[in-house]
Amino acid sequence: MDDLLKEFLVESHENLDRLDRDLVNLEKTPDSRDLIASIFRTIHTIKGTSGFLALSKLEAVAHQAENLLSRLREGKLKLNAEITAAMLRSVDRIRAMLSSIESTESEGNEDDSELIATLARLQDPNAAAASASAPAAPAKPTIAPKPVNTVAPKPVVAPKPVAAAPKPVVAPPPAAPVASSPAPAPAPAAKPAAKEAPPPAPAQVSTQPAAEPPKSAIADTSIRVDVSLLDRLMNLVGELVLARNQIIQVTARAEDAAFTATSQRLNLITTELQEAVMKTRMQPVGGVWSKFPRIVRDVSADLGKKVELEMAGTETELDRTIIEAIKDPLTHIIRNAVDHGIEPPELRRQTGKSEVARVLLRALHDGGQVLIELIDDGRGIDPAKIRAKAIERQLVTQEQSLRMSDREVIQLIFLPGFSTAEKITNVSGRGVGMDVVKTNVERIGGTVDIESKLGAGTTIRIRIPLTLAIIPALIVRVTQERYAIPQSSLVELVRSEAEKGKPAFELIQGTPVYRLRGKLLPLLFLARELKLGAAVQDSTSAALNIVVLQSGSQQFGLVVDGVEDTAEIVVKPLGKHFKGLNCYAGATIMGDGRSALILDVDGLAERSGMQGKSGSIEMRKDTVVTERRTDLEKLLLFGFGDGSRYAMPLSAVARLEEFPRKSIERSGVREVVQYRGEIMPLVRVSNVLTGMESCSEDEMERAVVYSHNGRSVGLIVGRIEDIVETRIDLRDTGRRPGVRGTAVVQDRVTDVVDVPGMLQAADHEFFQQAVA
Amino acid sequence: MNTARQYSTFRLAENWYAVDVLQVQEIIRPQEMTRVPLASPVVSGLINLRGQLVTALDLRRRLDLAPRTDGREPMNVVIRTAEGPVSLLVDEIGDVFEIDSKDLEVPPETVEPGLRALLTSVARLDGRLLLLLDLEAVMELSPA
Repeated sequence: MDDLLKEFLVESHENLDRLDRDLVNLEKTPDSRDLIASIFRTIHTIKGTSGFLALSKLEAVAHQAENLLSRLREGKLKLNAEITAAMLRSVDRIRAMLSSIESTESEGNEDDSELIATLARLQDPNAAAASASAPAAPAKPTIAPKPVNTVAPKPVVAPKPVAAAPKPVVAPPPAAPVASSPAPAPAPAAKPAAKEAPPPAPAQVSTQPAAEPPKSAIADTSIRVDVSLLDRLMNLVGELVLARNQIIQVTARAEDAAFTATSQRLNLITTELQEAVMKTRMQPVGGVWSKFPRIVRDVSADLGKKVELEMAGTETELDRTIIEAIKDPLTHIIRNAVDHGIEPPELRRQTGKSEVARVLLRALHDGGQVLIELIDDGRGIDPAKIRAKAIERQLVTQEQSLRMSDREVIQLIFLPGFSTAEKITNVSGRGVGMDVVKTNVERIGGTVDIESKLGAGTTIRIRIPLTLAIIPALIVRVTQERYAIPQSSLVELVRSEAEKGKPAFELIQGTPVYRLRGKLLPLLFLARELKLGAAVQDSTSAALNIVVLQSGSQQFGLVVDGVEDTAEIVVKPLGKHFKGLNCYAGATIMGDGRSALILDVDGLAERSGMQGKSGSIEMRKDTVVTERRTDLEKLLLFGFGDGSRYAMPLSAVARLEEFPRKSIERSGVREVVQYRGEIMPLVRVSNVLTGMESCSEDEMERAVVYSHNGRSVGLIVGRIEDIVETRIDLRDTGRRPGVRGTAVVQDRVTDVVDVPGMLQAADHEFFQQAVA
Repeated sequence: MNTARQYSTFRLAENWYAVDVLQVQEIIRPQEMTRVPLASPVVSGLINLRGQLVTALDLRRRLDLAPRTDGREPMNVVIRTAEGPVSLLVDEIGDVFEIDSKDLEVPPETVEPGLRALLTSVARLDGRLLLLLDLEAVMELSPA
């Protein structure tokens, strides 16, 4: 059964029990507003959820009951016996449907129209008054179902031990025999009292339609537990694991066979216990995700975009603290994807995509971790724009940015203070963006990675551990100290021994590197990083133990004195006295009772300047040349009704917008439009370039928003045709103010627009400021 | 109004210090310590206190005293703090004394300012001077 449905059933059974109680109390104190409000809320919840789960019959009954209650709540109706009866009948009916859903996953096909009609009729105060004087006929039948409920002497408990199944069977509940006889032998050993009693094989029993559906089996087999209790349990198990580890170490030296056997049993049981306890904290990610379709709908509607969100792997289970921790980062990147990633439908159509954009959110298990991916088929991220922005924000220098690969450039969006949104919208662009996402994910030991292809879409990958508390780790040694490295960052272990004419490692411009299968791997010496004194390792002739680690998209080799073992460790946070030390992820207590520090691989890389800085760039020098050899330019192609075609560099395009012609207003001689809370001047490109007035064919005007120094201008273009990436061979043929020249693009003669030049030609004075 | 409180005392170099006994969780023998490279020099390392990791601060360093030279292992005075227990390493453990609040004095001007900032008051007891530590200030380390 669907988890969502299961949750709904458990919750509803609890709610219904309360409803019974509340309704009965309400009869005694019919004026209690609190009670009415409580009942209303309960019914409302059931209605809402059943609507969400497409349980239409259930929803219909709950809806009418809710209407009736809202009348009571508003004081337009007074509670009378008939209303109470109808309400109780509704509750019984809802309960019956829930039972039916539980056993057959359908609401059953009983006819509710009479009940619904009654509920509807009672909402009319006059009708209610009229019928109240009449004998309260409908009140009677409601009493009937109730006794049945109480007659059934909750036999659910009895058959259970007989089944002796290790796990309680969820459905069908083997409680049905009550109907045939109150004494169906619970065990085969019991004397055959009832001849007609069917053999107590659950399979046969369940084929018999039960006269009265037993109380929910699901509700009976699950209980609600305070999370703090689970946390405590988890901590205790963590301690037990440690104690187990210590015992195993003692066992290794022991010679007593009985002791060895016992400690092995202890080992197995502890492992199972640990898994079981961890399972209690696992929840499917889908629970949190259920609000995302709504977010996508709202955001895309706000922005006039068409986006379809698909979700896969919602059943993937994660520790609840982790689910909570990734909720906000995920929400943020989804909003971001819709806001920045997805193009307006118009542009999508012109670029040959379907108008409805697809955003896929999926989760899957991947090597002991959970991988969450958000994939969109939007416009992708333009590395050139990111580069420009990063330089403008002084996050990197011009020179640095040129040395970075496109992939590295895109990772710049994770830097604090980076936001490409030109204007703050209510969707995104507050500058608290991807860097917060990154820190939040890294705080729980995860990583974020982004991959984008211009024009084709963006993929954001979040890797997170299954649980926070216990992690597998590699234990390494440097000098006398042991350190734990989380397995999740571990790629491989390499031992490099100096041979004749081949040193253990090389130095490239002072940076130690190791050639690993033809690739250069930058090396970090742990002893040196931790300032433990490291004269020996600097000699290229010594043998090296290299732990190859992954940090973000980068690998590096960590040189240690020795590799000891792998172990399951319980992560304990370091106290406040270690704040600002990013090279440790925490500490743990080892099997021998001594503590060891856990290395933070990303922190180490960052500390050594490995990430995106000197170390890696030094190595990439030779590849930069090849990357820049092809100087492709991305162009936005547009045209007017007259068949002419123009191109402008996509780097000049901040956004593409559509304005209804009606929204264009005038300020003096200029056309303006209200845009993102500002007044944005408009320039008709056709006037400037061709001297001719041109209007679009429909009621919408398409504009390219060009921004400079915080000011925006809307360039009205007739028709957006395409976005291409091509090398342009510029000729002087069509050169004039605002046009850089003419080139052949996609076999057509195209004028390449010089945007700043054109703006000056359009209105010298006004745009001077914007262009300067 | 005078109120008497109990103070736990310990020695560092030639001076005796005191902390409110209610703030002391326990006093333990020298422990095996895991040092934490790159951490503040005041941090001696981590000790395993029955499965709980406790940061040990070298009180001599915190008070700018010369390092221990007698070769004896320091004792741990484990202090309760809001963020969990923290151990202070001291030379020798003294008795618990009851001190009346009227016997507490403001630290004299002659005390070096660095140390003064870490004291709440001083008390004279049997001709001996007891320096009462301001634990909150002691726990607050400048970033490494």
